[in-house]
Amino acid sequence: MSEYLLEVRNLQTRFELFRGTVKAVDGVDFTLREGEILGLVGESGGGKSVTGFSLLGLIDPPGRIAAGEVIFRGENLLEKSEEEMRRIRGKEISMIFQDPMTSLNPLHSIGRQIGEMLALHTPLSPADRRKRSIELLREVGIPNPEDRLENYPHQFSGGMRQRVVIAIALAANPKLIIADEPTTALDVTVQAQILALMENLVKRFGSALILITHDLAVVSEMTHRVAVMYCGRVVEEGPTRELVRHPFHPYTKGLLESIPRLSGERSRRLPQIPGMVPSLFDLPPGCSFAPRCGYATDLCRKEAPSMRSVAPGRTVSCHNPVQGGEEAEGHGR
Amino acid sequence: MLKYLLKRLVQMIVVLFTVSVIVFLVMSFTGDPVLMIVPPTATDAQIAEARTALGLDRPLWVQYGVFLQNLIRGDLGVSYIFKRPALTLIVERMPATLELVFFSVLLSLAVALPCGVYAGARPNSPFSRAVMGGSLLGISLPSFWVGILLIFYFAVEKGLLPSSGRGATAPLFGIPFAFLTWDGFRHIVLPAVTLALGTLAMLIRLIRAQIMEVMRQDFIRFARAKGVSWRSLFFSHALKNALVPVVTVFGMQIGSLIAFATVTETIFAWPGMGKLLVDSINTADRPVIVAYLMIVAAMFVLINFIVDIVYTLIDPRIDLR
Repeated sequence: MSEYLLEVRNLQTRFELFRGTVKAVDGVDFTLREGEILGLVGESGGGKSVTGFSLLGLIDPPGRIAAGEVIFRGENLLEKSEEEMRRIRGKEISMIFQDPMTSLNPLHSIGRQIGEMLALHTPLSPADRRKRSIELLREVGIPNPEDRLENYPHQFSGGMRQRVVIAIALAANPKLIIADEPTTALDVTVQAQILALMENLVKRFGSALILITHDLAVVSEMTHRVAVMYCGRVVEEGPTRELVRHPFHPYTKGLLESIPRLSGERSRRLPQIPGMVPSLFDLPPGCSFAPRCGYATDLCRKEAPSMRSVAPGRTVSCHNPVQGGEEAEGHGR
Repeated sequence: MLKYLLKRLVQMIVVLFTVSVIVFLVMSFTGDPVLMIVPPTATDAQIAEARTALGLDRPLWVQYGVFLQNLIRGDLGVSYIFKRPALTLIVERMPATLELVFFSVLLSLAVALPCGVYAGARPNSPFSRAVMGGSLLGISLPSFWVGILLIFYFAVEKGLLPSSGRGATAPLFGIPFAFLTWDGFRHIVLPAVTLALGTLAMLIRLIRAQIMEVMRQDFIRFARAKGVSWRSLFFSHALKNALVPVVTVFGMQIGSLIAFATVTETIFAWPGMGKLLVDSINTADRPVIVAYLMIVAAMFVLINFIVDIVYTLIDPRIDLR
């Protein structure tokens, strides 16, 4: 078996729509070791969520995975049958969704929803499933778990529901958890609690985590490595600390600079990346980021750059990487 | 819960009172029952005498007062034609209608649930398209025509099933039911199918639309990410969530089927309440008509009450208050 838990190679997911084909994920590569936390970062529409769903084979028509490999524990998941994938989903790889208000079935008690996961993927008896469910709820910090098993999702707050979702995701002890914007729908005060909980639990359960988010601040605090996505491609990848301190890709630099800060000078306007993410129906030739990039040259507008190594463990897809990994302003965390 | 029950009871009384006023008023403006009862050779004096005997010479509000007084005592009047209490006449014929409706409902559910769920799960499959086309026919074809067609084919051409009457009955709890005997059961088949058709077609379309709606929800995707099988996804996760609007419509359908089995009962000469109503309208037998409408109104209220209770069993978020 390889040194990696997960290797994604040249993953391409397309949506064949009436207006044309959308290459939502267009040749994504990344790797993940056991127990590692990877941040998948980018603006909305960058293909992060579709990447997550592609790993689990949960792409519905008109979408399809057109090419690539998803090697999980030495086996290519894209070659598995639906039935085989069903046994992997939840047991080996589980997922946490963005909005806990809608990801739980409103008509099933939470005890039943956790129990369902245990019934599907563990040999536990009903009585043991109940015991384990209570343990799991306690793990994720639900007070009085015995009494709350019979409760329904609407009887919980958003943060508590996300804790329940996390308990479900962890129930079968998966090797990998994909968390798709797990805190975006929550109050700011609750976000930090949920993130700390997740960080703590994946460490304890020994799971790897792919944290999909648009929030680089979150990523810089809890991930080991980061892959930055733009228009369906990974444009930069590297260890979190170095990537945040010395971004090579102008897009990464732009993302970092647009995080508001409390310290330092305040008179300055918050820098932003000009323009918008281009329509995926109508991508510019050459580098997708060129129209918004301050460093763009004629070459960028003609020819798409390919991924190359620029420093140990650091790869970037850019013709003119920011020289020597220019320090993003104020982000020497 | 007790408070809710009381509230519903008061509502029910208000509804029934309103219905009684409307029914009584409308009935007193249509036809003259006296002329239907007296022989064609009766003199004016005899007609006036009959009118006085029935109490129809008194002012309308007095007639209504008497009616209301009797109603509270559970007396809905005596049939002009049969000379028996209207309530007894209706209750005697109720089992026939109820068993017919019961089998139509059973048939609609047995067909509509699996077909609707499947068509909703695979909205673009040939089966789904066939179901949609077929159900459109089912909704648009009038039941009297379908009934006659069924009689023509199964009773006249093939001679497989009887075309009229209720056949032999056997008692259950002292009430005679046809479905308990083979002969009676054979008699139920055609009218039950005729009656079921419209409801079945509508339920299929509704369930399909609801399932399609639910399948787009996040929690379905989350369930798939848990590794839930397709079967469990549809029947355990999706169907229950699709059910609340279905139960609403279903409840109203049962009410309509009981109340308006009239046409089907007439075609198949099924001796139920509907046939009694049609006969009573023909003879301007006012007490029976009024009693029938009051009972049907009470049934509607009762069914809606049951539907509300069923809601709370399906959806824990619905609170009866």
